[in-house]
Amino acid sequence: MIDNAIVFPVVVHLFTAILLLFFWRKTIAQRMISIAGSLLAMLVAIGLFAQVWDGGILTMQAAGWEAPFGISFVADVFSSSMVLLTSFSGLAVSIYSATGIARGRMIYGYFPIFHFLLMGLNGAFLTGDIFNLYVWFEVVIIASFVLMTLGGRKAQIEGSVKYMAMNILASTFFLTGIGILYGITGTLNMADLSLKVAALENRKLVDITAIFFIIGFGIKSAVFPLYFWLPSSYHTPPSAVAAIFGGLLTKVGIYALFRIFTLIFIPDDFIRTLLVFLAIFTILTGTFGAVIKNNIRRMFSYLIVCHIGFMVGGLGMYSEVAITGALFYLFHDIMVKTNIFLIAGLIRKLRGTMNMDKLGGLYAEYPLLSLLMAIVLFSLVGIPPLSGFWPKIHLFEAGFMGGHYALIAALIIGSFATLYVISLMWSKVFWKDRPIIEDEGVLTDDFQPLSKFRKSLLVTPIVFLAVITLYIGLGAENIASVVKHIAREMKDTSPYIEAVLGTNELQ
Amino acid sequence: MKSTILKTASNYLLPILLLFSIFILLRGHYYPGGGFVGGLIAAIAFVLHSFTHNTDATLKLLRIHPSSLIPMGLALAALSMFAPMFVGMPVMTGLWFDEPFPVIGMIGSALFFDLGVYLVVIGVVLTILFTISQYSE
Repeated sequence: MIDNAIVFPVVVHLFTAILLLFFWRKTIAQRMISIAGSLLAMLVAIGLFAQVWDGGILTMQAAGWEAPFGISFVADVFSSSMVLLTSFSGLAVSIYSATGIARGRMIYGYFPIFHFLLMGLNGAFLTGDIFNLYVWFEVVIIASFVLMTLGGRKAQIEGSVKYMAMNILASTFFLTGIGILYGITGTLNMADLSLKVAALENRKLVDITAIFFIIGFGIKSAVFPLYFWLPSSYHTPPSAVAAIFGGLLTKVGIYALFRIFTLIFIPDDFIRTLLVFLAIFTILTGTFGAVIKNNIRRMFSYLIVCHIGFMVGGLGMYSEVAITGALFYLFHDIMVKTNIFLIAGLIRKLRGTMNMDKLGGLYAEYPLLSLLMAIVLFSLVGIPPLSGFWPKIHLFEAGFMGGHYALIAALIIGSFATLYVISLMWSKVFWKDRPIIEDEGVLTDDFQPLSKFRKSLLVTPIVFLAVITLYIGLGAENIASVVKHIAREMKDTSPYIEAVLGTNELQ
Repeated sequence: MKSTILKTASNYLLPILLLFSIFILLRGHYYPGGGFVGGLIAAIAFVLHSFTHNTDATLKLLRIHPSSLIPMGLALAALSMFAPMFVGMPVMTGLWFDEPFPVIGMIGSALFFDLGVYLVVIGVVLTILFTISQYSE
């Protein structure tokens, strides 16, 4: 069925960005347009999700070219829920940016680029064509380069050089993989690839091609051993930018891994073992990094790496329960990771630093804000009944059923390390008395002098995302029914293929 | 740059190059050419003008700052892409007028997309080059 509603999430962000370009340097208008655009995008995303949830998979063939030849856009429950989560994060960051981003960055086009980034993310989630997926990835990384360097501080440039070098390498691997895949199958449509790759005789060649994709997406989502660019670049940009990077940019790599490895390459034993192995080491390296870091944002960056391992491990186990757990974790992770970087930004506003040794006494001064942050931080740890707890149950269950004891050990280590660093952070930043520092000039409270309206602009997005996180935790059975539906769609891809190619292609 | 020959020539070259860039733009639907190349040629025309007169004179000639061409071009291209949506066809479908126009020939939504690209390219190239030249002056 032809349905243009699929491209609305892309269209809304594109036109918001264009409108923002017309208001170049008029930062007050830009803030309002950006928030309005993000709000509209959220409504559109909710509409799309409702439509897909009720009516099944939607497809749109661009320019009316039939499926294997033209570019297909496909919205199944997986992609539409990713679009929905993106729109939540987008709205939160867009509100936060209104006060969290310095005016100097806004006049150089922070908001238009931010909306181009969201457009690219939505496009990547909605496309059904593997080369088009590559193009959307490029849109995303070009926009993210600009966001990362905007402001031009020395640390930012240093971080973005690492970020850019690794991401270009990842794109090269991804593109090479697409080239080989096109060479052996002669098609780029993902549904068509699913049929053609399954029919190939030369399984070794298929495995090698799959490894190109693992490397490409692995670098983008910071999987061991090529994860080091993430912790060394994510602490450099402003917190609002780091929030959208930490919440969504690595997750789009995870989305692509799930899409490719459930639709096109059905993993054989070799690929599964490889993914589990990578997951174990990703969790361990992320853990070790997080434990030793003293800067809040650097610690969070390592936690991203650690938790990426949880999702890759779920994919590696490849049972329905494991995929359910990994997807549940993905949903929870997008909301929480966006929020913790916003919280890091807020702490910086409150105290002027993110070094845990110089922080302290936040609970005594701001009890309500501390309580809010506590909800988010302990959701990240996964204290029941908060949101991080439920996916881990599924992952452990899948691990015991499949006999992946090494992965279970890594999951336990990862969970305990997360608990350790978050409680350490809690006691250092919130409970301990404010330390006495000789150089008082460094630490300033930028939050107190702000007007009430501007304060609420900083706090509202954190509340908004915290409420969603609470819903994921307390309304877990609703989320579980969505992820189980997605896991079933991934195990049985025939509805996807039918929706894209039409019924007659499947015998 | 102080060269009387170049200065005089650039006065005549500017309209000719602009005309040529439009020719390339219109030719692009079936033959080599199109919005990107056309835009580059048009940008070169203005850059040549700014070499001989200076950048401020070229900006005065343009009346609007080249950076404001970027959103206009983007909007035009995006609208031509999504126009089929309003008549119930999939996005990016080519819509065509029934009758050919004199001189130009058949006109479709693809032309407006190319025109958008043309404006964006002029805007981007001139913004980059003029910023550099004004910064170094």
